[in-house]
Amino acid sequence: MSDLIKKNASELVDLLAKREVSSVEVTQAHLDRIAAVNGTLNSYLHVTADAALKVAADVDRRRAAGESLPKLAGLPIAVKDNLTTTDAPTTAGSKILEGWVPQYDATVVTKLRNELMPILGKTNLDEFAMGSSTEFSAYGPSRNPWDTDRIPGGSGGGSSSAVAGFTAPLALGSDTGGSIRFPGAVTGTVGTKPTYGAVSRYGLIALASSLDQVGPVSRNVLDAALLQDVIAGHDPHDSTSLPESLGSMAEAAANRSVAGMRIGVIKQLTGAGFQPGVKARFDESLELLAKNGAEIVEVDCPSFEYAIAAYYLILPAEASSNLAKFDSVRFGLRVTPEGNPTIERVMAATREAGFGPEVKRRIILGTYALSSGYYDAYYGSAQKVRTLIQRDLAAAFAKADVLVSPTAPTTAFKFGEKIDDPLAMYLNDIATIPANLAGIPGMSIPNGLADEDGLPSGLQILAPAREDARLYRVGAALEAWHEEVWGKRMIDFAPELKVGA
Amino acid sequence: MAKAELMNYEQALEQFEVVIGLEVHVELNTKTKMFCGCRNDFGDEPNTNVCPICIGLPGSLPAVNRRAVESSIAIGLSLGCSIAPNGRFSRKNYFYPDLAKNFQTSQYDEPIAFEGTIDIEVPSGNVFTVAIERAHMEEDAGKLTHVGGNTGRIHGAEYSLVDYNRAGVPLVEIVTKPVLGAGAEAPELAAAYVRSIREIVKALGVSDARMERGNVRCDANVSLRRHGAEKLGTRTETKNVNSLRSIERAVRYEIQRQAHILAAGGSITQETRHWHEDRGITSSGRPKSDADDYRYFPEPDLVPVQPSHELIESIRASLPENPADRRKRLAGEWGFSELEFRDVVNSGLLDQIEETVAAGAKPQAARKWWTGEVARVANSEEKDVADLNVTPAQIAELASLVEAGKINDRIGREVLAAVLAGEGSPAEIVSAKGLEVVSDDGALLAAIDEALSTQPDVIDAIREGRMQAAGAVIGAVMKAMKGQADAARVRELLIERANAQ
Amino acid sequence: MASPFAFTRKLFMSELTPDLVRHLASLARIQVTDDEVERLAAQLAVIVDSVATVNKAVEGDVPATSHPIAMANVFREDVVEPSLTQEQALSGAADSDQGRFRVAAILDEE
Repeated sequence: MSDLIKKNASELVDLLAKREVSSVEVTQAHLDRIAAVNGTLNSYLHVTADAALKVAADVDRRRAAGESLPKLAGLPIAVKDNLTTTDAPTTAGSKILEGWVPQYDATVVTKLRNELMPILGKTNLDEFAMGSSTEFSAYGPSRNPWDTDRIPGGSGGGSSSAVAGFTAPLALGSDTGGSIRFPGAVTGTVGTKPTYGAVSRYGLIALASSLDQVGPVSRNVLDAALLQDVIAGHDPHDSTSLPESLGSMAEAAANRSVAGMRIGVIKQLTGAGFQPGVKARFDESLELLAKNGAEIVEVDCPSFEYAIAAYYLILPAEASSNLAKFDSVRFGLRVTPEGNPTIERVMAATREAGFGPEVKRRIILGTYALSSGYYDAYYGSAQKVRTLIQRDLAAAFAKADVLVSPTAPTTAFKFGEKIDDPLAMYLNDIATIPANLAGIPGMSIPNGLADEDGLPSGLQILAPAREDARLYRVGAALEAWHEEVWGKRMIDFAPELKVGA
Repeated sequence: MAKAELMNYEQALEQFEVVIGLEVHVELNTKTKMFCGCRNDFGDEPNTNVCPICIGLPGSLPAVNRRAVESSIAIGLSLGCSIAPNGRFSRKNYFYPDLAKNFQTSQYDEPIAFEGTIDIEVPSGNVFTVAIERAHMEEDAGKLTHVGGNTGRIHGAEYSLVDYNRAGVPLVEIVTKPVLGAGAEAPELAAAYVRSIREIVKALGVSDARMERGNVRCDANVSLRRHGAEKLGTRTETKNVNSLRSIERAVRYEIQRQAHILAAGGSITQETRHWHEDRGITSSGRPKSDADDYRYFPEPDLVPVQPSHELIESIRASLPENPADRRKRLAGEWGFSELEFRDVVNSGLLDQIEETVAAGAKPQAARKWWTGEVARVANSEEKDVADLNVTPAQIAELASLVEAGKINDRIGREVLAAVLAGEGSPAEIVSAKGLEVVSDDGALLAAIDEALSTQPDVIDAIREGRMQAAGAVIGAVMKAMKGQADAARVRELLIERANAQ
Repeated sequence: MASPFAFTRKLFMSELTPDLVRHLASLARIQVTDDEVERLAAQLAVIVDSVATVNKAVEGDVPATSHPIAMANVFREDVVEPSLTQEQALSGAADSDQGRFRVAAILDEE
C-alpha cells in the first residue's frame, strides 16, 4: 500500500504544490487501492479511472508549465452517487436510476472540475439517501473498514468507507438528518454538514429539500475545511443558497483555540440511551476542552424530544413529492406490465419494481402526512415543532458559542441488526437531526474508541447558522489535542483491512 | 357521446337562477419560462426549449422569473386586487405525463393577488361588477399528442407523445367569486369578462393574449338554483373553452342541460366537462372525487415572494390606462353613435381603430374599414382579425387614398383584398395595378362626350332639372373608365357641360 | 426529564388501515399486492403512532417553519439561457418518437 493514500489531503496539497509528487501518482495510488479493496468495501458504485487520470495528467502538465492553479488542483476526490455527473452514471443507490447518465453536472461537481480535482468515482448510499447503514442501497451495502461485518453508517456509507478505507483522501456527501455526520462517527472520520444554503443543492438528487445539504467527508478537520472552501458559495440555480460568503474555513481551522469559548452540553443528548463507551469518550473530550480554557455550560432543548417525530413527517412528505418524477417517462427504469397497460399502470409498475422497501415506506408515509384531513395534524404540526427547535437552539446559543454532543448513541452496529426495525434505525439520527431541522451547521469528529467494542465514536459540534467557522475552530483544536493524547491520528488505530473477507 | 336533452333557454331562466364562476389562465409573454432560462416559445421543434429544470431531471431546482412576478402584480393591480405582502409557491401533487415533476409548482394559500373587482359591460349595455377572488402564479404543462386510433383523440389512442417546450411557461390564473344576477345575460357576461381580461393583459403588454393560441384559456363553472334558494347548486366545470363565442355557447348549453335535469328531478354531478366546438355540446369528463387529493405543501425549493410597497407602487404608477376608462375616453374623442361604438367594442377592434386614427385616418373612416371590411373578411375566413395580414398603418393609408380621391370605395375594397393577400402596401398596390382613379378632367370629358353622343337627350333633361337622367351617362363613363373614376367628379363635369351648352 | 428517546412510545392506535394504505399507494402511483398492503399497514402503523407525538408538542400559536433559513425575494432575471438539444433531452428516456417522449396510452382522462 502506497504511503500517499494514508496522508491527509492537506499534506497531499502541499506535496502537489511543491511538485514533490504528481497528481497522476496520487490519483493512480488511489485507483490501485480501489482496485484492491473496493470488492470488499463496496464504497464505489462506479469508478471513473480514465477521466480522473486525464484531469490529473492535465494538472501535472499545467503545473510543470508554471501555470497558477487552484489550491486543490490535482487532489483526487470521491463523489456521492446522488450528485449528478455528466461523465458517469448517477443512481442515487436506486434500481430506478440504474445506468442513468445525467445531462448536467451538479454545481458542486462543476466546482470540483473548476478546481481541477480528479473525480475517482461515485460512492454508494442508501437508496435516495434513506437510511443509516447503506443496507438500503439497491447495489449492496458498503462495509466499515474498521470491521467489515459492520455498517459504515448511512446514508453516506460509501463516502465514509472510501475515506476511512483510504480509497479517497476526500469525498462529497449529503446530509439530510445525519447522512454525513453519522457515517463519520462510526468510521472514525470527519463529516461536516454546513449551514443550510452554504453549499448549492443544484444537482443533488433531492431527498427532503428543506433538510438536504451537501458537505465534505474527510479524515481531518483541516481537509474538510479545504473542501468546504471549494464547494461553498452562492448559486443562482439554488434559490435557497445563501447570498453571502461565510469566510474561509481553512483559516478557521488554523485558529486552534477555544480559550474563553462557552461550550454548551445539550441536556437532552447526554442521558440514557447512549452507549457507555461513547458517553465516556464524550465526557473526556469535555474535560479536554475545559482544560484548554473553554467554559462548559449545560443547555436545555426540551423540543428535541419531538425532533425525530417531526423529521420523520417532514422528510417523507417532501420525499414523496420529490420522488414523484421517477415515473419512467423522461429517464430511468420503465417496467411495462403484460397486456396493453395505460401509462398509469406503467408508472405504478415501474415504481413498484424500481423503489426498494424503505423508499416505498417513506413515500407512502409522506403521502399520508400531506393528504387532506391529515395535513394539519402531521405535516403542519411537524413544521411547528421545527419552529420550537429553532427557538430552543436560539436560546441555547445565547448561552453558548457552540453546542456539543455525541454524534450517535452507539458505535457501528452489525449488518442486519436493525434493518427490520425502522424505529430503531431512525434513533441513530437522534443527535444529528435537530441541525437539519434548524438549518444550522454541524460536524462530527473522531472521538476515540468505545471501551466495550473498540470501535470509533464521534463528537458532534453544532454552531449557529452561518457560523460554520466555529465548527472548524473547535473541531481542529480538539482534534489536535486528541492526537497529542493518542500519539497518532484516530484513523491510524484502524486494523489493517482484510481484503476479500 | 349523445347530445343531452336541453330545456328551452327562456324556460330555464324562469325556473332557475344562474350562477357562474370563471377561471382564466393567462400565459405570460416573458422571454423565458417561469422557473428556468429556457425560451418561452412552444411552437418550436419539440423538446428543444427544455432543460434539466423544465423536464424535471433529478437534482434540478427552480428559480423564479422576476419579470413573471412583476407581470402578475400588474395583472392583480389592474383587477383592483390587493397584492399579498408575503406570497408563497406550493406544490400541487398529481401524476400526469405532461407534468415533468409530477407536481405543478403553483400558489395555493398565499396567491400574489386577491380580492379585486372589475366592471363588465355586456352587449346590451348593462354593466355587471364581477368580484375577483384571486390571481396566482403557476407553470404550464407540456403538450401531449395522442397517436393511433382513428380520431387523434385520447380515446382509442395507442400511445402518446410528450413535448415539454410548453412545460414551465408562466401562467397567471385569475379566479372569480361566484357571479350572480346576470340572468339571461350570464353567457354574454362570461364572454365579455374573458374579453376584458384579454384586453387588460394585452394593454399591460404581459401576454400576447391570443385565445386561438391558448394564451388565454377559460374554464367556466356553471350552477343553477331555484329562484329564492339560498344554497348554491352543484356546479360543473367546463374546461378549455377557447374562444369568446364558445364561452357564450358553452355557458348557455350548460344552463339548458342542467335545467332539464333539475326540472326532471335529477341532480347534477360535480364534474369537469369538455366543450366540443364542432357539435356545440359539452360532454362528461372526470367526476371530482376524493382522489383529487393534491397534497399541497409549501415549495421548499423556493423562498417567499415579498413585494415591497415601493415595487407595488412603481408598477401601479406604470399601469396603462384601464380599458374601461379608455373606452369612455375614445367614445368621446371619436364621436361615434352609441351603436357604432358598441359594435367596435364587441368586435374587439378598439386597438386597431385607435392605432389607425393615430396613423392619420379619420375615426369614421377607420371604423368603417375595420368593422365593415376587415371584420367581414375575418368572419368569412373564420379567423381572428389579428391573424389577418393587415396593419392599422395600412388601413390609414388606404383611408387617406380614398379621402384624397385617388381611389374610390369600390377600388378601396379591391386594394384591401390585395393587401390581405400580401401584395404590398395600399399605395404600392394602387400604383402597381394602375388603380388610381382617372382624375384627368380632359379624359373624363372625352368619355362624357362619347356617352352623350349616343344619348343626346340627357343634356336637355339635366337642364330641365331631371337629374336622374344623368345616371345613365355617369354609368357609361364609369364603365369606360373601368370603374377607376370618381363618380362625383363625373357628375360635376356632366352638369357643367349641360349648363355650358 | 423529557427524553428524545420517548419517540418510540405509543400514543394511540393508528388509523392506517390496509384500505388507506392501498389508497395512499395509488395516490403515490406504486403498485402493491395485498400482502404488501398488509405488511406496510403494520409497519407504518408503528411509525405513525410514534411520529404522531408532534401533536402533543405544540401548544398555543406557533408559526410553521417551512424553510430552515428565512429568506425572501430570490429571483432570476428574464434572460434566456442555453437549453438542452433535443437529443440530449431524450437521451435518458426509455422510449421516444418524433422528437418526443413516448408513453403508453392515457385512458383515465381527456
